[in-house]
Amino acid sequence: MIKIDAVGDVCPIPVVKTKNAIKELKGPGTVETLVDNEIAVQNLTKMANQKGYKVESKKIKDDLYSVVMTVGEAQTENTEQILTAADGTRGSIAVISSGFMGTGDDTLGAMLMKSFIFALTQQESLPKAVLFYNGGAKLTCEGSSSLEDISYLAEHGVEILTCGTCLKHYDLSDKLRIGGVTNMYEIVERMSRASHIIKP
Amino acid sequence: MSDIVFCKGGGCTAKLGAGVLSKVLEKLPKGEYDENLIVGYDSRDDASVYKISEDTAIVQTLDFFPPMVEDPYTFGMIAAANALSDIYAMGADVLTALNIVCFPESMDMNILGRIMQGGAEKVTEAGGILAGGHSINDSDVKYGLSVNGIVSPKKILANNTGREGDVLILTKKLGVGIICTASRAGEASQSALDEAISSMTTLNKYASEICRRYNVNACTDVTGFGLMGHLHEMLSGRLSAHIISGSVPVMRPALGYADEFLLTAAAQRNRNFTEQYIEFNNIPFAMEEILFDPQTSGGLLISIGADESERLAEELRSAGMPASIIGEITRKDKKEIYVS
Repeated sequence: MIKIDAVGDVCPIPVVKTKNAIKELKGPGTVETLVDNEIAVQNLTKMANQKGYKVESKKIKDDLYSVVMTVGEAQTENTEQILTAADGTRGSIAVISSGFMGTGDDTLGAMLMKSFIFALTQQESLPKAVLFYNGGAKLTCEGSSSLEDISYLAEHGVEILTCGTCLKHYDLSDKLRIGGVTNMYEIVERMSRASHIIKP
Repeated sequence: MSDIVFCKGGGCTAKLGAGVLSKVLEKLPKGEYDENLIVGYDSRDDASVYKISEDTAIVQTLDFFPPMVEDPYTFGMIAAANALSDIYAMGADVLTALNIVCFPESMDMNILGRIMQGGAEKVTEAGGILAGGHSINDSDVKYGLSVNGIVSPKKILANNTGREGDVLILTKKLGVGIICTASRAGEASQSALDEAISSMTTLNKYASEICRRYNVNACTDVTGFGLMGHLHEMLSGRLSAHIISGSVPVMRPALGYADEFLLTAAAQRNRNFTEQYIEFNNIPFAMEEILFDPQTSGGLLISIGADESERLAEELRSAGMPASIIGEITRKDKKEIYVS
């Protein structure tokens, strides 16, 4: 058991100290952290719950609380594997054919589409490419609320391609902000070569 | 002087929790009713508004807090932008401001000079006059402003006058609280801190001025109580809201720090106070934390009819703000806030 004295420490220091102690365990074991306020107890408990550690807390006296975390066999090996487009996706591509996700209410549809692209950036394994066409072409252009998320994808090796005909149609040719321009032959080729296609 | 004394955990993370505060406020005498006090603390709005004639009302607010960044000049700018923000959240213009200063006499006075320089520059940018102030010898540094603004009583943007069917727009990204906290623990990247500072020093003046060209129904600024807390105040027990978490503008590093459990005490206090009103539909832990993250000098949360919402969001974005439509107001439902 490792004992951590975090009395007098403000958040997030008690959590940081406890995390470091758990790393030191290098295997199953117990860490007890002493803190002086209930909010710190709650933050430690949140971390334990997220990590799947067993956690027990008690109030020893005013301004003194004990939080005991037990790390089991299952939770110790936590080698984080971050997959990027380069290392071994099965060549999926995402296709964005509209500024809206689904049909019905367009305000909702626009929010859902922004949310979809954000969630795409949060995936462990990113697609090889994202194709934007028709209304979707507006998303890679100036004024789009998804520009930052699409830039993030581009920075992480995802190819961003927007339909040139569509840019012309919407008079957006000089407003494209991220990625390259593509045409129908390439769109068809990319889609037919992909292992699977993600489409909101 | 050591840095640690200067920056202990400041900004809006230092705010008293809404839970504790409302217990005290409820017990205070209300005073005599005055019909010219259009907005008082009954409605927990951003500032008080007092009508002095048919076409003029005075908006009054004050805000001060301990440093949340190491650089005194930057701290001054942030504290001022945060204090001025309440005026903009009401749809008003800044007239005059007074400095509020707590500073240890034993500390280097040049530091105080830098803080006040940062503050003065933001008041000037706001188009206001820095007319004086008050300073106290204290063990810790605190700085802020008392600000007076002016608005036509017909054009006041209250925080609780949103309507069913309105669309919600947020003009700045969330995450500055957690980034500043991670920075204090030595775990934030410089680029994350730079992004947070640039957001916190940006005046809500520009967002507010654009809003005035639209039929905005309600407006508030997102500060210490986090997006969930301020949305809760906006809904004021009359309405509900649906938030699409993926469309909420967020500083990406903040999500990473939340996943590393660099959690603030203030976010947990916000959670304790507002969680009962919220239903989270399986959203990632880090995103939940960000929605409770206390913002220093956060953006405007705007409630506007659906027909104008996309145009307003686009105009805000073309003015350089990371503004985004984040959800909708609905009629009152079982829970007040649904997050999916």
